[in-house]
Amino acid sequence: MTVTALGTARVRRPSVRLRRLEDERWLALALLSPTAVLLGLFIAYPFAEGVLLSLSSAKVGDPGVFVGLKNFAKLADDNIFWTAVWNTFWYTGVTTVFKLGLGLWLAMLLNRHFRGKALVRAFILLPFIIPTVLSTFAWKWMFDPTFSVINWSLFHLGFIKARINWLGDPTLAMTSIMIVNIWRGVPFFAISLLAGLQTISPELNEAAAIDGARPWARFWYVTWPLLLPVTMVVMLFSVIQTFADFQLVYVMTGGGPANATHLFATYAYQIGIVSGLLSEGAAVSLAMFPFLFIIVVVQLLYIRRVETR
Amino acid sequence: MGQTKRRSVIKLAGSAAAVASTGMAGILATGRTPAYAQTKTVHWLRWVDFVPASDTLMRKELMPQAEKDLGIKINFETVNGNDLQPRTTAAIQSGTGPDLIQAFNNTTYIYGNSVVDLSDLAEDLGKREGGIYKYARSICSDGKMFMSMPWAVIGAMIAYRKSWFDEVGATSFPKTWQEYRDVAKKLKANGHPVGQTLGHTFGDAPTFTYPYLWSWGGKEVEADGKTVAINSKETVESVKFMAGFWKDGCDEGALAWDDTNNNRAFLSQTISATLNGASIYIETLRKPDQYQTEKGTPMNKDILHSPLPAGPAGQYGMHLLQSDMLMKYSKNQDAAKEFLKWIHAEKNFEKWFVSQKGFATPCTAKWEEHKVWTEDPVMAPFKVAARLGQAPGYAGLPNGKAAEALSKYIVTDMYAKAVQGMPAEDAVKWAEGELKKIYSA
Repeated sequence: MTVTALGTARVRRPSVRLRRLEDERWLALALLSPTAVLLGLFIAYPFAEGVLLSLSSAKVGDPGVFVGLKNFAKLADDNIFWTAVWNTFWYTGVTTVFKLGLGLWLAMLLNRHFRGKALVRAFILLPFIIPTVLSTFAWKWMFDPTFSVINWSLFHLGFIKARINWLGDPTLAMTSIMIVNIWRGVPFFAISLLAGLQTISPELNEAAAIDGARPWARFWYVTWPLLLPVTMVVMLFSVIQTFADFQLVYVMTGGGPANATHLFATYAYQIGIVSGLLSEGAAVSLAMFPFLFIIVVVQLLYIRRVETR
Repeated sequence: MGQTKRRSVIKLAGSAAAVASTGMAGILATGRTPAYAQTKTVHWLRWVDFVPASDTLMRKELMPQAEKDLGIKINFETVNGNDLQPRTTAAIQSGTGPDLIQAFNNTTYIYGNSVVDLSDLAEDLGKREGGIYKYARSICSDGKMFMSMPWAVIGAMIAYRKSWFDEVGATSFPKTWQEYRDVAKKLKANGHPVGQTLGHTFGDAPTFTYPYLWSWGGKEVEADGKTVAINSKETVESVKFMAGFWKDGCDEGALAWDDTNNNRAFLSQTISATLNGASIYIETLRKPDQYQTEKGTPMNKDILHSPLPAGPAGQYGMHLLQSDMLMKYSKNQDAAKEFLKWIHAEKNFEKWFVSQKGFATPCTAKWEEHKVWTEDPVMAPFKVAARLGQAPGYAGLPNGKAAEALSKYIVTDMYAKAVQGMPAEDAVKWAEGELKKIYSA
């Protein structure tokens, strides 16, 4: 029986379809197609739609007509748009620097051995895990002009005599949303960099110490160069996320006071979705693309250089 | 486990077939689908009412009653008022969503292409109830069709603490802006400033800034609806005065308040006056033990309402007008119309109106005679809110361009910029530029 079965198996040839997959080109195509379909449906198609929309005069309930670059020309003359451009760069730049600094510092601390290390690492992730809208609402209360717990504490500790107008003053409102973004983003940097730190062999540091290198020198000449590729990737993700941030600003200030804290995404939403000017909203949103594209390309080139060094 | 016999399966299948065939015969005979397939669902999207008792009434009494009377299912959904416009845009663009959506002010014009004409229902309501007010008509109808069914006006009046005003010598509410500024200065010195938002929020900000502008003689456009007229001596004066009024008498933290912040600030005794619907007073009536004055007396005995003061060009009001749009994409338009007819029937609408205790003023004249207005004198000023209101876009029509300017908070931002330190002339010039982009497009 067994012999017969084996004999049958030996004779049976794989189906034509399966044989085709033995060809690497077909196999690659088969493996890539689900991802390609997903990317096409959820990234390429909306992007193309967005481009077409931005070149039209579409409003809510009105498909509009082709108007070329008119919407972009209108943006060039829109000072709220330029405020949003400046805000987005400022917001991304400042928060990324702080997130990197604090995240690296935290990662170095967490890389040491101490009691309850696992618990602390888990807690550190909390700001990142809690849904952003939820935690931002809590922050909104903390910065509330009337009921701010921060103001209450500072007042009772004798640091201030009058209330700080956190969300009512343009500069302070921007500072407030930056604080929340940093609070939310530091765990991502810390945990990712910690993972990077753990791939660095302790022997390298020990060897440097034996050679007389002091802690700062050990960090600068041993740890940092080895951590740089991970750091660059983490920064790339963070910059993309921060640049296109929406929910945090929307909940905290809605872009106010008097448009002082609008970012690309919140302004696009205000114009396109709230005011119903879909084509103009799409133009604001797409205007983000070249800026972001340049940043990402520069970062990717730098990462490649670091990795091939 | 019991064994299933072949015979019992055949029996079961036979009876199922019999039932099915009778049903089919029944459908063919009557030409109607069975009742379960006919049940239509009307999805109604509204704001979260500032009078919670009204939403409870809707959910627990009115909607079940409508379902019973009309044989339809009602999906009653409420969202924050600031989220209504985004929801409407998303629904129209995707061609699916609520059948009926509540609109605020003249945003009806933004969605005019995507709604069903409700002229028959609205005109019928007007005939039955002594006529639709001009204010509501100008917002709900573009002259060719009713883009929405007028629902009610949320009267915006200044709620103020009588005792605190008395303390600074104001035994009656100030009649002019200058008087109000003088009183506010003293109130602020006493630790009880006036609380007023200039933020991006649907109700309290524009219902303050628009009438304020008009009271100084300023206007967005000329009556032709094309010529932007904001950059005038009158507007500049109003902006200058606002910056001073803010510094002298207002809570400076209020610049970015939304529609709920001033309610909380008033109820926690941080501010002495604020432009609002009657929700603050109604809340203090609902919870007299919770909301008390510093002397331990019920706060509701210490609250009065007043219209906004007069400026050099007169006294104006703008009140949040709510209406319901029946969406073109709706597959249940007939059912939704039936429902609108039902909810606007006097006996049904009255229940909701009474639950509002005067917070909402209906859009037809008949309701001015309702006993709600005589039961509580504190609410009396709201009685004529819908009669006296003026629509955004003045001196032009409250059309799509005016709605766009409103949605972009241009008038509100003009004042907010000046309060933040921008010279009045520059703030007005900025607003002129923004309005020109809209009105010249």
